[in-house]
Formats: sequence, C-alpha cells, structure tokens
Amino acid sequence: MGLSGFEVSIERPTNGGGLSTEDMTLSMGPQHPSTHGVLRFVVRADGEVMKEAIPDIGYLHRSIEKIAEKVGWHGFIPYTDRVDYVAAMFCNHAWAAAAEKLGGIAVPKRGEYCRVIADEFCRIMSHLISVGSMAMDIGAFTPFNHAIREREYINDLIEELCGARLTFHYMRIGGVAWDLPPGWIEKATAFLDRFEPLIDEFDDLISFNKIFTERLVNVAVITPEEAIDYNLVGPNLRGSGVKYDVRKDEPYSIYPEVEFDVPVGRGELGTVGDCFDRYIVRMREMRESCRILRQCLRQIPDGPVIAKVPRNFKPPAGDVYYRVESARGDQGWYVVSDGTAFPYRCRIRTGSFTAISMIQKVSRNLMIADLIAVIASFDLVAPEIDR
Amino acid sequence: MGLDAAAIHSALRARFGAAIGDLVGAGTNASAMVPPDQIHAVCAFAKSDPALAFDCCSNLSGVDYPKQSAIQVVYHLFSYQHRHHFVLKVNAVRDDPVAESVSDLWSTADWLEREVFDLLGVRFTGHPDLRRILMPEDWPGHPLRKDFVEPEEYHGIPTSRESLLKA
Amino acid sequence: MQEFVDGLIASGAVPAGVPAWVAYLGAMLVFGGVVVFGFVLPVAGATTWVERRIMARIHSRIGPNRTGPAGFLQWLADGIKNMLKEDIVPTASDAPLFKLAPYVVMLGFVGAFVAIPFAGPLIISDMNVGIVYVTSVTALVVVGILMAGWASNNKWSLLGGIRSAAQIVSYEIPAGLSIFPIVMLTGSLSMQTIIGHQGWAPWDWHVFDNPFATLAFVVFYVSALAEGNRTPFDLPEAESELVAGFATEYSGMRNLLFFMAEWGNLYVIGAIATTLFLGGWQIPWALTDAPALRVLLEFVTFFGKSYFVGVLVAIWIRWTLPRIRVDQMMTMCWKYLVPIAFVNLIGTAVWMVVFPHGVPAVRWALTAAAGVATLGFLRRVRYHIKRAKLQRKHLSFNPLSTARVPL
Repeated sequence: MGLSGFEVSIERPTNGGGLSTEDMTLSMGPQHPSTHGVLRFVVRADGEVMKEAIPDIGYLHRSIEKIAEKVGWHGFIPYTDRVDYVAAMFCNHAWAAAAEKLGGIAVPKRGEYCRVIADEFCRIMSHLISVGSMAMDIGAFTPFNHAIREREYINDLIEELCGARLTFHYMRIGGVAWDLPPGWIEKATAFLDRFEPLIDEFDDLISFNKIFTERLVNVAVITPEEAIDYNLVGPNLRGSGVKYDVRKDEPYSIYPEVEFDVPVGRGELGTVGDCFDRYIVRMREMRESCRILRQCLRQIPDGPVIAKVPRNFKPPAGDVYYRVESARGDQGWYVVSDGTAFPYRCRIRTGSFTAISMIQKVSRNLMIADLIAVIASFDLVAPEIDR
Repeated sequence: MGLDAAAIHSALRARFGAAIGDLVGAGTNASAMVPPDQIHAVCAFAKSDPALAFDCCSNLSGVDYPKQSAIQVVYHLFSYQHRHHFVLKVNAVRDDPVAESVSDLWSTADWLEREVFDLLGVRFTGHPDLRRILMPEDWPGHPLRKDFVEPEEYHGIPTSRESLLKA
Repeated sequence: MQEFVDGLIASGAVPAGVPAWVAYLGAMLVFGGVVVFGFVLPVAGATTWVERRIMARIHSRIGPNRTGPAGFLQWLADGIKNMLKEDIVPTASDAPLFKLAPYVVMLGFVGAFVAIPFAGPLIISDMNVGIVYVTSVTALVVVGILMAGWASNNKWSLLGGIRSAAQIVSYEIPAGLSIFPIVMLTGSLSMQTIIGHQGWAPWDWHVFDNPFATLAFVVFYVSALAEGNRTPFDLPEAESELVAGFATEYSGMRNLLFFMAEWGNLYVIGAIATTLFLGGWQIPWALTDAPALRVLLEFVTFFGKSYFVGVLVAIWIRWTLPRIRVDQMMTMCWKYLVPIAFVNLIGTAVWMVVFPHGVPAVRWALTAAAGVATLGFLRRVRYHIKRAKLQRKHLSFNPLSTARVPL
C-alpha cells in the first residue's frame, strides 16, 4: 500500500563516488590506565569495530634470561621474582626445582609443604588481582578495591613469612629460606575462614551481574583446538574446556598428597571458551586453592625446610624442562647447565606470551571495548610477556 | 596412557630412519637430534600421526653453543590427546643459522620463532612474518649470543654510565 | 521573580529614570549570580566530597579525611590546586575550540538553573515553556563535548566525544518522551504549574498517579543518567580505555570545569525528576503559615528530594554497576527504552481519557507498593549490617597491626 505523490528517489552515484571511509589506526599504549602493564596494541578500527589489534611488545624486556648466565644459580633467584611479579612464588619454585633436578637434590618434606603453601597463597593473590582488574576494566571499581583489601591480608601473612610483599625471594635451591613463624598456621587458617565466604560475596557482587555478563558472554570464543594450537595454558586453556592442570596431570612437589578439583569452563552462560568462562574458572580456582591450603596447613610435617646445598652449586651438565602451574598457566623453564656455577641457558616460556600472540586473531571484528575485556580475561601481565 | 619416550623415538625412526638421532635423556626430557632441513617434515609427521598426535608445541627455545659452532633450536612437543612428551633438537650452523619454520603446523610457533630470531639470529624459512619482537626494530646484533657485545649507544642514548663507586 | 522586581521598582529602590527592562536585567544577573556562585558551584563542589566519601565506604576504604573535619575541605583544596596548575593547550590542537569547549559544557548545565523551582516563589524565571527549556539547554553539552573531542587532536578523545554525542542525543528521546505523560497530566509546560498540580503527600505525586507514570519515572531516570554520562553509561569517559575520553587532553581548571559540569548535572537531573514526578517543594498547608518559614521548608524539601534522587542514588548506582558497551547502550535506548516510553505516553493518555480525575485507589495502591518495597529494602540493609558486624567480631583478622578495618 503506497501513498501516491510521496515517492522519493535519492540519487546515489554508484561508480566510485559517494562517501568513502578509512580505517582509523590507533595506538593503545604503552601508557594506558589498564593495570596490565606496558603493552602496546596497534588497533585498526572502522569506528568502534576493530579490523585487527596487533600487539607490540618489548617495552618491559629486561633480558632476564641473559642475566641468568651471569649471576649464577643462587644469585638468579631474586631475578625470577621479576619474571612475573604478580605471582612471584611460582617463578622461584620453578627455578629452584629445575636446579634441584639438574643437581639431583632432594627437598625435605616440610620444605615442599612450605613451597606449596606459599604457591597457593600466591595463586590467590594473583587471581584476586586478575578478577579485580577485570571488573575494573569493565567499569566496576568496587570489586577491585575489595579484592585488593583481601590481597592486603595475604600480603601481611607473606610479609610475616618472608619479609616481602611483592617480590618474595622466598625459595632457595634445596628448599625454602625460612620456616613458618610460630602462630602463622593459626593466622593463615583464620584468614582462610574469613576469605572463603567472601569469594561468594564477590560472586554476588559482580560475577553474575547482568551488565557484567553481557560484556563477557560470547565474546572472543576460543575453541579447544585453537587454544591448544596457540599454546594457551592455565585458566585460559581450562576456560576453553580442556581439562589439563600440571598439578594434576604431571604432579610435582607434594601435589599428589592433596585433594582438589580442577575447574573447567562449561559455557554456563554462553559458549564454552568465552571471556566469562575464563573469568569464572579463576574464581573457582581460588576456592580450590583455599582447599589445598587447608589440607597443607593441617598435614605439614616437622623437619628441616632446606637441604644442604653447597654455596658453589655446580650441577652436572645437562638440560631440564620443568613446568609449574603458575597462576597464569603452565610456565615452562628450560634450563641448560654446563657443569659450572653459572647456568648456561635459562629459557622461560610463560602463559602470557602465548596468550598475547593470540590477540591478533581473536580481535578481528570485536569492538574496542571488547578488546579490553579480552586482554583482561587472558590475564596478561607485561613482565611475563617481555621478561 | 601415552607412549613412552622410547616408543615415540622408534616411531620417528621408523618413518625417518637415520635422520633422527639417538635417544638422549629419559622421561619428559628425552630428546633426539633432527637435521635443520627436515624438522618441518618430522614435526608434520609428529602432529598428524594418530599414535603420536603432538598437537601442541609447548616451548621453542634457542641455545647458543659456540664451542660446537651451532645454535640449537629445541622443540618441546606435547600431546593433549595422549598426554606424552618429546623433545626435538636442531643444530643450526652458527655462521648462518637457518631452520625450517613450523609455524604452519602450530600457530604458537609464530611468535616463539620470532623470539629465537630476535635474540639469537636464527632465520626460519617459510615464516610468515619474521621480524624482531622484543628488541627495537633497528637493534644491531642478537643479544642472547654468547659473543654479543653491547653497542656503545643506541640512537644517542649511552648504554653504560660511569661507575658511581669510583672516586 | 518578576513580581518581586516590580515590587522593588514600586517601592522606589530603583532610581526613577531607569527603564523597567534594565531593572529586570539587573535583577536577573544578580539573582543568577547568587544562584550560580552561592548555590550551584558550592553544591557541585560539595558533591565531590559526598561522592568520594560514599564511594570510599562502598569500596571498604575511608576517603578524604585529612583536609578539614572529615575531609570536608578537600574539594576546596582540589579547586585551588586545579586553578594553580599549568594550563596546557596542546600545540597541535584547535586552540579556540579547545579553550571554548569547557565553557559550553558548563553553560549547558548552569543554564538549566534559571528554570529550576527551588521553592514556591524561589524561581528565577517561571517560563511557560519551563520544562522544554531545561531539556533543551542541558542538551547543549553535546556541542561542548564534541568540540572537546575534536579539538584535542587525539583519536581517543575523538572516539570519546563521538560516543558521548551519540549517547546523549539518543537518550534525549526516551527522556523527552517520559516527560510528556507528566505534561499531559498537568496540562502545562511550566515548572511551577507542574509542581502545583501535585500535592505534598506521596499519593499525590505524579509518580504514583498511574502505573504508566511510574514506568515513565524509571525510564526518565535511566535516560537522564545516560545523558549525564554516569555509570553504567560512562563509556565516553571510560578510564580503562580512553583515559578520560573527551577530556583527556585537559588539565587544570578546564578539566575541573568538565567534572563540575558532570556533578552539577546530577543535581539538575534530581531537580527535574523531583519537579516532574516527586512533588517538588510541596509541603502540607497545616505545617506553617509564616511565609519566610514556609519558603525555607519548601526549599529544604526540594533540596532534600532532588539531592537524594539525583545525587545519592546516582552515586550508589555508579559504584555498584559496571559499564555497558556502546552497542548495548544503543540497543537499550532504541529497542527498549523508546518503545516503553511510547507505551507510557499512550497509556497515560488512555488513562486520562478513561479516568479523567485519576483513580485514588490506584494512587494509594502504588504508594503502598513503593512503601512496602522500601521497607523490605531497609530490612535487607539492616540484615547485611548485622551480618557484617558478626563477621567483624568473629573473623576480625589483622596479623600485623591493630588498625580498625572497615568491612
């Protein structure tokens, strides 16, 4: 049914004329307020929709791998903290364990328990930052502050344990540097009693908030095959549905003696492998860490915490590839020894490095606001990427 | 449920014969040498063969061995299907290190090989975008080499300063 | 206001040879100045203090507590600091537009105060198109924001400016559509008439007049938040993406003007919502007869209602909810709010035809429902406070210090 006399025809030049549009090239970083560190993304965008976001890394490259060759086996331990300063215990652990494997040193049981306790507290710390920053990037500033408040309590605990709040330098080749102080186990248990209900509170506050889930669900879906192809590890991999955790599948230290589950993304609010899955896997991993911690704090035996290792530590020539399940996934440390007191080569393959290599592919046809969500859901930290 | 290192080694030997070196090491560190111009074929077989099914290149490192005048590229392979490991090592000639790229087999090798190129200078043939990744684009030299000497300055910025301890 | 000035002229306070329009103009400038400098700017400034303290408590922190009692002078200190800062104008920016933009934005929000009814006689100009004037003037901020985004010569500012322009212009539609039911109910656009049509009791307010008006209030409030660039709609100034959006390149006083415009705008939103929906400054006749006391009580009522609705609830929402994405925001506006606003409009019109004098039972029912909801909410708040106190006693844990930690 048409109204006569009201037909309008619009002349549009059809051969090459008309409005032409160009893509905008934006540079996101290296300074920007996201807490993920000095990263730069060159974004080619058509308005709000990105054609591509190309990561440009190297702004935090500190040649840690070369420094290993210069400072010796023991002297490298403080440098390992800086490989991933958000979750530094894992790097300490990996280096010490790799050196022990090369040198054939057995760590006493109590030392292993102290290591795992420190590791799991560090995992909670790192995940708090991760979920807090993710909420902050999506615009909710409150959960970030609450997460940091809880992290402050863990900082106090760890400070009592090893004297540092961020770069711990706690583990040594052969065990750990200091034993648990008197009363520390009670304080740690009291903290866990306080913290576990607060994870539920965090969930109530933000995890299933409609606006939050709308930002994350079905964004940047990564299939398990793609995740394995791009060598995603840790919560990124488990968020895509692949049930692999170094602590369970290739256990090291005393992990065979503790019981815990490995949370996997199930696509409960969207598709398996979207940003929400990666986020909720981290929330659940915090609960599992609390479980592991309670068991360790109960089961910890008495004894020495460090084996006798000579100051002039010279492991026999050889190489080892040691993996730890860090907060960001499986960190692989390939350490080559040539029989001297200085490591020949230390190569660290971190979860964030492989995750950021996937951004270029994942970012096609996302919006710029989604890029922030993806970066946060991958839990990238610049020190791990650049070393 | 996966194969052990000896079984993987014999499967590779069965396919490629003497090109695969002897099995060195044990357990998760068991490795074998592969010539640099066959690494792509070996990796392709390792990935596609259903019994091996190495669907993940877990790590790709480069190690500089000036005494053997080689730069060794180490491939740590892992199979999520069968949960087994293997390590392949390639000795590239140190004067002009070249190896075949495996970035078409595992997408993660793209950036990992770029890093080996950047820091050690190994050129990977068939790589889609081989350029520096950590160092600036115009940095001279490859820093992780054992004989690397730091340049005096970079674009006018000096790379060392006077020791504050001297009188 | 006009009667007041006429009274001054008649009583001889104005010199004889001065024409009336000069007297009117002078009075407008004086009263406008009093309102702006005596009310608007201090309220906008003090709102920053209120926001920072409330935000801090929500964040389980303390907020400013050193400058002055409970940190109350913090906003003065910030104002002085910003005035003393270096005024950076980027060389590659479009300097005239860059410098003009904050003033246009301020104009957009200060201009609305001319028509805001603070009490019975306390309105600078009771125009017969009052409400349309207010919505038009507050839309001027779009021009200022676009100027800021463009003139900064910064792609991220441009993105922020364009996002903001799209947002404000889009949300004008549901906001305007939500105003029309009230205009229909009252039959006039003038602010004082709209308030006069309501009563002091909650069931005489427009918001509880009929269900469509209640919905219109909700739609209006959401749209007004979006127009004010407040979370959940603060994408134009999304910190994690765009530093400060269109205001990235601004420093010192110019930046402060943008922020004051945002906080002052909150008050304008509250004032409009109170005028249209919540009964304005109406107080019971029985309370008092003395005119001065009446004016004071009306002013306090109006200020209390608009501050609570406009500022406190907006602060509360801001620090609870994350922000929504640009396309989701546009979807919400055009696919959800606009149709609902149309339904409200037509629904109110039908209601007025079917029940020309309204239905008191419906009014009481809606008021009772709101009262029940409020009571239920307050009980829940009490429950949470009690639970927090229990938690604090049981699980108070602080290994290294004895400081009191807010839960």
